Parts: sequence; structure tokens; C-alpha cells
Amino acid sequence: MSERWLVAMSGGVDSSVAAALVARAGHEVVGVTMDLGDGSARGTSARGPISSDLVPRSAKKCCGLPDAEDAREVARTLGIRHYTANYRDEFRAAVIEPFAAEYAAGRTPIPCIACNRVLKFDLLLRRAEALGARGVATGHYARIASAPDGGLGLFRPRDREKDQTYFLFDLPRATLARIAFPLGELEKAEVRALARELGLVTAEKPESQGICFVPDGDVRAALARLRPDSSPAVEPGPISAPDGSELGTHSGAVGYTPGQRRGLGLSGGPWYVREVRPAENRLVVDRAPALEARSVRLRDASWLDGAPPGGEVRAAVRHRHKSVSARVEPAADGTAELRFAQPVWAPAPGQAAVLYDAADERVLGGGWITGAGT
Amino acid sequence: MNDVYLDYNATAPLRPEALRAMNDVLAHTHGNPSSTHAFGAAARAALARARKQVADALGVTADSIVFTSGATEANNTVLRQVARTLAGRDVHLVSCATEHPSVLEELRALGAEGCRVTILPVERDGRLDVSRFEAALGPSTRLASVMWANNETGVIQPIAELARAAAARGVPFHSDGVQALGKLPLALAALPVDYASFSAHKLGGPKGVGALYVRPGVELVPLLRGGSQEKGRRPGTENVPGIVGFGAACEAAGAEFEHAHARHDRLRERLWDGIRAALPDALRNGAREHTLAHTLNVSFPGASGEALVEALDLEGVAVATGAACHAGSTEPSHVLSAMGLARELGASAIRFSLGSGVDDAALARVLEVLPRVVTRVRQARAA
Repeated sequence: MSERWLVAMSGGVDSSVAAALVARAGHEVVGVTMDLGDGSARGTSARGPISSDLVPRSAKKCCGLPDAEDAREVARTLGIRHYTANYRDEFRAAVIEPFAAEYAAGRTPIPCIACNRVLKFDLLLRRAEALGARGVATGHYARIASAPDGGLGLFRPRDREKDQTYFLFDLPRATLARIAFPLGELEKAEVRALARELGLVTAEKPESQGICFVPDGDVRAALARLRPDSSPAVEPGPISAPDGSELGTHSGAVGYTPGQRRGLGLSGGPWYVREVRPAENRLVVDRAPALEARSVRLRDASWLDGAPPGGEVRAAVRHRHKSVSARVEPAADGTAELRFAQPVWAPAPGQAAVLYDAADERVLGGGWITGAGT
Repeated sequence: MNDVYLDYNATAPLRPEALRAMNDVLAHTHGNPSSTHAFGAAARAALARARKQVADALGVTADSIVFTSGATEANNTVLRQVARTLAGRDVHLVSCATEHPSVLEELRALGAEGCRVTILPVERDGRLDVSRFEAALGPSTRLASVMWANNETGVIQPIAELARAAAARGVPFHSDGVQALGKLPLALAALPVDYASFSAHKLGGPKGVGALYVRPGVELVPLLRGGSQEKGRRPGTENVPGIVGFGAACEAAGAEFEHAHARHDRLRERLWDGIRAALPDALRNGAREHTLAHTLNVSFPGASGEALVEALDLEGVAVATGAACHAGSTEPSHVLSAMGLARELGASAIRFSLGSGVDDAALARVLEVLPRVVTRVRQARAA
């Protein structure tokens, strides 16, 4: 039966093909590109880079978002409706502000998870409902299929290289019935081939890398731009060893992450960042063995089955982390202790620990890392 | 079922009279109006006829019409000349918070270049208070600019009183008359209005053509340089087919004016009565007695205007949240904010603007779809 589906179209090749596949299945597709504000503008389109300085303010506000232009062009090619929806305020409140606050607190945030949960799978889901659509389809590489208990579960995609389940671990299970991931059974190369076959303008568009509102991965520049009023620790400060001895000077503690080796400029290395202390603007470094963690503490743990998994699970502590065997020890207050069967390198507070079943296929849930135990 | 178009303030479909006139010119009159030969003369004749048609619609003489690429250019030209002629001196401009961006953004630019700009607030009904306007005019005020009727709400400003107040103080007066042309009796020559901007496509002419009325004897410094067209006031080869379409649209609109006005008012009130009956908490923005007969702006508390426009579009009903240029990436309407509407209410508003293609059957369809869509959008938001 033909249904109406809202497809979140970022202007990239993946969501373009997702829209095409939903349409090909006989459904009515409404493409929606979220306007998340200047903070998210990548400044490139399929037709080449655009210097944002050359685009008048009014043009950017109105119809000049380059990625939205690409999405619109794809929608024209596919013969589907397309709208641009303004979620600037919501994006700032739910994603950018917490991101800046996490860094200011010395943690290493992963904003894509909140963007998925709040923007794509809450606000856009509501928009889908407002538009009389069955649900939201996106270009994420993940699968939704039956779980052992007969309900729906979230699974790793066929293309493990592109696996994005890490960013989706905290979706409420009830929303899965209204979400579709049309790329879950495809390899990236097949997606590109489909885009070419369909003549989509985004077919050869380069992969988006990193965080959309942090151009070139320059966290400090992004923080200065996003929060010009509050000055995070971007002044030079001390780098010390665990025994308190000062080893050198860094150019601002915020933006460093545990396990980081580059950018320290210390002799007698290798040294690795072990801890960021923003209040003192201090980096604590250590030798590699000290960064191996046997466990992590989690806050705000959420479980897709409604309860923490017993027995052996697989755990990933960062995106693309090869999962390790682990066990969960939940506490009543929503925190949990995750114990690894083998040491894990430098889990960073602020990142998520995502748990999979023993077969390493189905997402069980996860939580936010607050600290590591050795 | 055919889609229902209720977005005439964004643009109106081309009138058949305009299409015929343009086809004729495109097929048979290719000359450049500046050329000496017979081909040029034919183009000049077409231009002169169109100029007369537009002038008649405004109630002015033909030589007071300067054709432009549209009202944005006309607005920019008038505002910009203040800076050009009075550089280095104290230049004060007075305008109003509900103006079109082609006025407000140019004023912002002039402010950055050193002009003093006063943007007056409007009353809750969207109208500018005449005494407040008078009080803002000072000895160095070089121009006052107030739109005739608002594109988002249809609210009509007391142009005659404002223009007289400006004239009494020797302040040149400009009005953006885009939405008023063909919708209100203008009789410009009888008013102390020095400049007025108009656009062809809002009344069924082609896009990309506009006119600037310049009161006889009043100076106009051209925005562009490079030719003696339009008596040197707007260089560049004239858009002859577009201008001819503009003229034909003006004549056709004039011929049906009385009838259309009454018809639109009746249909618009029917729409409002139907909305109010189905959705009692709907709020009308702009009072009937002070708005264009074909425009209805309504807030639906608890619903997002942006989502409403999309949801209605998917049901085959075309409306807008406000100015079409904002559509697709809406910020809350500056017009409704200026009228004192809270951000939420402003963001819940949609504009219905009627025209010749709208009839009772179309409105019945809208009234069948709208309550369902509003309810759905509200529920989705609350979820």
C-alpha cells in the first residue's frame, strides 16, 4: 500500500538515495531539509565550494543553503516534494549549546547522537505526523528488524564500514516503528552506483567528515565562533605528569581528548592526554599503559529492551570502535558500570558507550561515559 | 481534483489579456525602442501604449512612469538616491516596521553608511499612527517611505493622511504600492505622493517588470548608469514584452475592479466565517475595514505556520506563511511581530490571498481540508 513518508534530505548522496528508494517502493515521498543555521552550513555544494563571505546574509537565510540546494535538485530529479524546515533554535538548544558546555567541562562530546534523537527522530517525526506521513526515513546506515522478543530492534547495517548505529543507540524503541533506514541492506558503493544510475546531482559528492558545525575538525575555532561570549580555556596552560610535575605548556586545554598524542610538543615521549581539567586549564598526560581502561562509568543509560542486558554483551566506546566483550552492572539511579573483558584504550568522558548483543548485531542501548577505571 | 491557489499576494497567474499582448509583441515587434527606424518606432509605440495603460491605472500622467525590473529596484532607487544626492550631510529617513525587505534592508544599508533611520512601530491593527509619523519628521528628514498595503496582512496604511503630513513639512514621500495596485482606487495625482513603486506580476502581469511613479517636477537620480532610456531615469533597453504585459494587466484589472473587489470581499469573509466556525480559537490579523479585500491572515494557536503550509500543500491547497521570499526557511514574520503578536502566534500564522481563480467551490474545499490539517498539526506538535 502506498504511504506518505517524510525523508530527511541533508543534500548528501546517502539521503538522496534513501529518498529514491522510498519513492521506488511506491510511496509518496516528502523530502525535508533541516535548516540548522549558519553553524551547520558546510559551505559546499555538489557544484563546488561557496565562500560564505560572498553569500549575502539574506540569501543564506532564504534559499542559499548549498546543501539544501542539492537536496532540492535531487527532489526535482526524483519528482518528489521538497521543503526546507527551520530548526535553528532547536538545533542550537539541543545540540550546539550542550556540545559547547561539554567541551567547557573538559569532556569530548558527540553531538550527532542528540541531533538524531531530538532533531531527526523527535521533531522531524512530529513533522511527519503533522504532514500526515507514516514516519521518517533517513540515509543512516543501520537496520530495523524483528528482535528476539518479537518487537522491533535496531541492528548493524550490511556495510560495516559505514555503520552508524553508534549514533542511534538512545532512540526510544517505540519510535522504531515509524523510522525507516532504506540503506541498511546496501553497501556504500551500491548507493553511489544507484545515485549515478538515477542521475542524482549528489552522486559524486564527497563524504561529509566529522561534525557538521565544526569545519575542518577545528573544535577550538568552532567553540570561539559558537560561544564568542564565554571564553573556554583557550589560553596557554600547564601540562603535567600524574605526579604533578610540569612537563610543558599547551595552547588551551579545551579541545584535547583522552588518548590524544599529537599537539602536545613534549620531549621524552610518547605522552598521551589522560585527563582535561578545564577549571585549572591543565592537561594531565601519562604513559600508554595508564590509559588502558578495564571499565567505564555511564550516566543516563537507556536500554532498547527496557531493561539492562544481563550476561555478556559487546561494547563500543567510540564511533568505529571495534567492540569488545563486556558486562553491565546497572545502578538504580540510571548510572551503570561497564566492565570490559579486555582493556580498552582511552575511553573519553562525554562519548557514548554503545552495547550490542553477543553476536555483535543488535543494539541493546548504552550510556554516556563519565569516567574510566583501570 | 485541481489544486487551489490562495497565494495571489506572492504572485498572480498571468492574465489572458497580458499573455495575448505579450505574444503579439514577442512575435511581431522586435525593434529596440531607441532605434530610429520603423522597427524602433513600432516598439516605441507599444511602449507608449503600455505606459498610458499603467498611468491610467494609477491616475497619473504617462510621463511620470519609469519602468523598472520590479518593485525591489523601484524601492531601492528611491531610497538610494537620498544617499547619493546628500552625501556628507545629516540625512534622516523615516519608515515603518512592517515594510517589505526591499525597503527595510536598503534602509539598514543606508544606516550603516551614515544616514539616520527611524523605523516607526505600528499599532496593534498594523496601521501607522499619523501623529506618531508627524512627530518623527524633522528638519533633516529627506524621505519618508510607507507602504500602501501590506503583503502579509493586507493592512492598508492611511496613505493620504501620511502623505499630506509629510508634504506639510516639505518631506518627500514614497510609498511601496505593490499590493495596492489593482486592489484599491489609487488616484495618485490627487495625493502629495512623490514616489510610488509597483510590480506587474502581483496583478496578473509578467514577473520581472515594475514601475516607479515619479511625481512631475520631482527629481530622480537613477540607480544605474549607461543610457537615456526612460528619460535617463532608468538606463538599459526596455523590457518591451514585459512592459506591454504589465500595461495589459493594468487595463484588465481596472476594467473588473469594482466587481472583483466586492467578490473578493465576499469570498474572503466566507472563508473567515468558515474558519472561525470550525476553529473558534483562530485569530484574524488585521481588521476587515483596514485590509485589502482579498487578503486574510490568520493565526492558529498551537500550530506551526510552516508545517501548516506544507501540510496544506500536500492536500493541494497553496497558501503562505507570509512574504514568499521567506518561504522555505521561515523566520517569524517581522510584520506580525511589529503588530505585537507573540512569537508563537506570529509563527502560527498563514496568509490566504484570493484572486480571480478562486471561487466558492475552491473555498469549500479549503474549509473541508483546513480544520483536519490544523488539528493534525497541533496534535503532532503536542506529541
